[in-house]
Amino acid sequence: MSSIHDQLHEKRAAALAGGGAKRIDAQHAKGKLTARERLDILFDPGSFREWDMFVEHDCHDFGMQDNRIPGDGVVTGYGTVNGRLVFAFSQDFTVLGGSLSAAHARKICKLMDRAMQNGAPLIGINDSGGARIQEGVNSLAGYADVFQKNVLASGVIPQISMIMGPCAGGAVYSPAMTDFIFMVKDTSYMFVTGPDVVKTVTHEDVTQEELGGAVTHTTRSSVADLAFENDVEALLNLRRFIDFMPLSNQQKPPSMPCHDPVNRQEPSLNTLVPDNPNLPYDIKELIVKVVDTGDFFEIQTNHAANIVVGFARMGGETVGIVANQPMVLAGCLDIASSKKAARFVRYCDAFSIPIITFVDVPGFLPGTSQEYGGIIKHGAKLLFAYGEATVPKLTVITRKAYGGAYDVMASKHLRGDINYAWPSAEIAVMGPKGAVEIIFRADRDDSERIDARTEEYREKFANPFIAGARGFIDDVITPAETRSHLCRDLNMLKNKQLSNPWKKHDNIPL
Amino acid sequence: MTSKAIQSLLIANRGEIACRIIRTAKQMGIRTIAVYSEPDATGLHVQLADEAIALGGASSADSYLVIDKIINAAKTSGADAIHPGFGFLSENAAFAEALAQANIIFVGPGIEAINVMGDKIESKKLAQTAGVNTVPGHPDALVDADEAHAIAGNIGYPVMLKASAGGGGKGMRIAWNENEVRDNFISAQNEARSAFGDDRVFVEKYIERPRHIEIQVLADESGNCVYLGERECSIQRRHQKVVEEAPSPFLDEATRQKMGEQAVALAKAVNYRSAGTVEFIVDKNRNFYFLEMNTRLQVEHPVTECITGYDLVEQMIHVAEGRPLPMQQHDVTLTGWSIETRVYAEDPDRQFMPSIGRLTHYLPPVAGTDKHGVTTRVDTGVFEGGDISMYYDPMIAKLVTHAPTRDEAIVAMQTALDAYVIRGVKHNIPFLSALVSHDAFQKGDLTTAFIDEHYPEGFNSESNQNDRQLSLALLLAATAQRTLDEQSAQISGQITSQITGQITGQISGQITGHGAGHANNHSTGRPPQHTNVSAYVDREAFAVTFHKATQWSIGDARHTLTVEWTPGQRLVTGDFNNEPFVAQIDRDGLHWQITHGGSVITVLILDSHVAPYFDLMPVKVAPDMSRYLLSPMPGLLIRVSVDVGDTVEAGQELAVVEAMKMENVLVAARAGVVSQVPRTAGDNLAVDDIIVEFEAT
Repeated sequence: MSSIHDQLHEKRAAALAGGGAKRIDAQHAKGKLTARERLDILFDPGSFREWDMFVEHDCHDFGMQDNRIPGDGVVTGYGTVNGRLVFAFSQDFTVLGGSLSAAHARKICKLMDRAMQNGAPLIGINDSGGARIQEGVNSLAGYADVFQKNVLASGVIPQISMIMGPCAGGAVYSPAMTDFIFMVKDTSYMFVTGPDVVKTVTHEDVTQEELGGAVTHTTRSSVADLAFENDVEALLNLRRFIDFMPLSNQQKPPSMPCHDPVNRQEPSLNTLVPDNPNLPYDIKELIVKVVDTGDFFEIQTNHAANIVVGFARMGGETVGIVANQPMVLAGCLDIASSKKAARFVRYCDAFSIPIITFVDVPGFLPGTSQEYGGIIKHGAKLLFAYGEATVPKLTVITRKAYGGAYDVMASKHLRGDINYAWPSAEIAVMGPKGAVEIIFRADRDDSERIDARTEEYREKFANPFIAGARGFIDDVITPAETRSHLCRDLNMLKNKQLSNPWKKHDNIPL
Repeated sequence: MTSKAIQSLLIANRGEIACRIIRTAKQMGIRTIAVYSEPDATGLHVQLADEAIALGGASSADSYLVIDKIINAAKTSGADAIHPGFGFLSENAAFAEALAQANIIFVGPGIEAINVMGDKIESKKLAQTAGVNTVPGHPDALVDADEAHAIAGNIGYPVMLKASAGGGGKGMRIAWNENEVRDNFISAQNEARSAFGDDRVFVEKYIERPRHIEIQVLADESGNCVYLGERECSIQRRHQKVVEEAPSPFLDEATRQKMGEQAVALAKAVNYRSAGTVEFIVDKNRNFYFLEMNTRLQVEHPVTECITGYDLVEQMIHVAEGRPLPMQQHDVTLTGWSIETRVYAEDPDRQFMPSIGRLTHYLPPVAGTDKHGVTTRVDTGVFEGGDISMYYDPMIAKLVTHAPTRDEAIVAMQTALDAYVIRGVKHNIPFLSALVSHDAFQKGDLTTAFIDEHYPEGFNSESNQNDRQLSLALLLAATAQRTLDEQSAQISGQITSQITGQITGQISGQITGHGAGHANNHSTGRPPQHTNVSAYVDREAFAVTFHKATQWSIGDARHTLTVEWTPGQRLVTGDFNNEPFVAQIDRDGLHWQITHGGSVITVLILDSHVAPYFDLMPVKVAPDMSRYLLSPMPGLLIRVSVDVGDTVEAGQELAVVEAMKMENVLVAARAGVVSQVPRTAGDNLAVDDIIVEFEAT
């Protein structure tokens, strides 16, 4: 017995030592934490239960038989985040570069099965050199097994990927299929093929950071949702983020005690929208003043900033916020913003998170780059996402709601539950000037007549009453009262029942 | 003039002074009429007045300065009197004359007084005749730069070049030697022309280490004229008063009386009526010289109101109605001490560049008098959700305190500044806070060069921190984090304790069982009674320990902190080491920003088990922008004074940017060689646009 105890002790010690002091120091020198240190930050102290500490790879080629470390480069298990169950794997770069072997993949798959069966989020901390090349196709099979489970878990449990080191080649596709990707600036990168291959094939000179760093992926490519300064801030923000997430699609989103009065008035919002319709304002001021304690967890902050998406709480319960941002491109819809918002709306719908939409949209962005880029199909994604969503949908039109973009932005016609307009709302096919220039084409060169007609059009349509007369908006509300109305409506909609016709799945315009 | 009660009063002004006049008029039962330009349509003065008349136009020249528009507004609204406030038309004799023609009462002095006192030369001559001490100088407007040079030589340097129509610091320049006199003459002339449409410039002796002390006078139609003590306004920046107080910590009773009597003599010499201010420059031996007389209400009039108990606006209205003053000189007593600071939308860390935009959050300190007889008064002209417009002076408010003693008035001012919540625009509260906390200020050791002397490198709010501020910031951040963590620990959907039974941590080890009854369930959600965290300011860590109730320590030092805070709350009050404090808490993701004592300290609170990991994180250095001259504000690039290849010295002019009608000269922070000039004169600049780039050294 004692020898078993000794062995157990030895194996645990070996597993906990990972790749050894030297490699751990190297990891630290790069500004990175080890797999276990990261879990230590992620989970409530003492709550992490590790599994499969004794798993070792079964490769006998290329000297691998002598290179075995218990755990095989990934730490898996569960713990709690603020008392709620969360599953996580954390790749250990100090063990064989965190490379993915068949055994390593099996550990992740086992974890994913547990997360699915028990209905709790899955966090993947990625820090891996890639496939365990010595294992050949076994490693590829391992990736694919994880991919398949990612697909099946999608929409069942929240899956969040932390990219905290290299993530290249096939490895990128597991995070790519999860719900959110967070990266760490300067120490993480993601790409399908690295700079060396790029150079050979396309003769482009590009650094790892430029090709697939956190800044690239959170601004240009939109592959990642947020970039953080370092491992600690990334993981602590992940904890904040998890607090917004439901455990699974079977559970309601979490609630927290709320000390922020649900009927709080914000008189300053009455002057948020400038008198001049061509002047911008910051829609985030509205969001921050309406949600509980101003706590808004924005994602995709630096990509397609003409639309703002993120999570907040109203009356202590999680909501998803979508808002056109007049400060950027006048808040228009374009390819990038449509895709960004569509994906967000679908996430909220999948996990029963009510969606609040703030609308100030002058229309879709015109131009060849948009049309050639397929704005029709990409814009349709957002339309589709709103149209299929069955969660509570609350909409507030703050100013412009023009043309097709009006329809898209959670309009009444897309089964909006409550659609409000502020007094400054203008719901019309287009802006008054453009409309008049078409209706009164003959007068186009007579600027005086055009101005007069424009004024006439403005008076007729640049207000919320025509839409109100048709019932397309439910009420005109004072901006100061926005929070109290939304909180009441969310309460009313708590037991909303709405389902779509049975289908195998829909065919969103991908 | 016979006595005629004013029924309705039009206020030909905007912002805080319009609001302040409306307040008194309403108390007197007078109907109030506001006027407003286009950008001011939703202004506070418009909201407060009984009636408001649009003037149209945006700039002052198209609105508040147009006499016909104001008179039409008065006729339309049936106003029988107009109060001009200060600035704008308040010292414009043509306006007073036009009102007389229109049979509308001007709440201010007679036309003669405005005319004479509005003229630097005439007023000085009159002062000399009336037996008032004057500063040596030349009586006539300067013809050109050459004459400026010649006459300045006769008077002796340093000399002051000042615009005839000037006021409020505009069109004023000091020349320390003959090299500067020509350039400064030209820039004073230019500024005078653009600001006042009158480019006459005068020269006089500049008195070094002077104090600015002024006498408030009040006169009625019948010739009764009293002085209401003095105000010391020595703390000025670019000749704009920043901090004012009454009485002056410098004057003795004899000097006060002499100054007061000369001021009254001067007022009587022009048959003055209404409120007026005689400004003196006082040297270190308490010699005083007449500077000018302002024939209007002053910005800083509240400090006089506080210590004398008279409402100057009320007195002005009474005098305008033809009533006699209710007091004789011997009735005037000075009670306690009053201090005023001018709260401006300007960035003290960027050479006080004006900051415009929306006041996303605005909560002035609570006005009123406490049980110790300490009064806080806020004369504000803005509101939360309002705009600081580019068209006008960016003053947000006058903050005034009054207490039995100067020290108490200073403490009250510090507290009020701590409680002043302004977000959305930059503001000078950190600077005001630093000023009133400065040793020299507290000792009353003031000169008009106070700011240049004590902040020769400009003001830096970060260097304005002391240990108490830091300790308070650390503990407030720790308190806030603790409260937030307690709340997070009550999230719904938790699993039962057998799984996480080992939890010892303070953040989230509180298992409430499947979220049932999580809300306000403090009995199960209570964290342990002993907490260690690490509080980081930048990368410096402080060990913060919560013992129990109000007991904390930072390192080995024990502190007590009594404070209540709930998430989302910005303003906090409490006791820190048994002294009351007011502070502001802002949350930015993981970080806490604590505003107190004029500094903003950003704190990151980490659990003791996380802190060692944070210490391993690399320190990231922000890119070096010192090679660039960045536009400190949005504005118009007037000129770039250097070319590619030029070698510049520290302090040399690089470019001039105009904003809020002020020309701001941007100078080199250090020597270097210009490598690029990406902008040209006439460009519109945003904040941080690169104007000049230097070669890497």
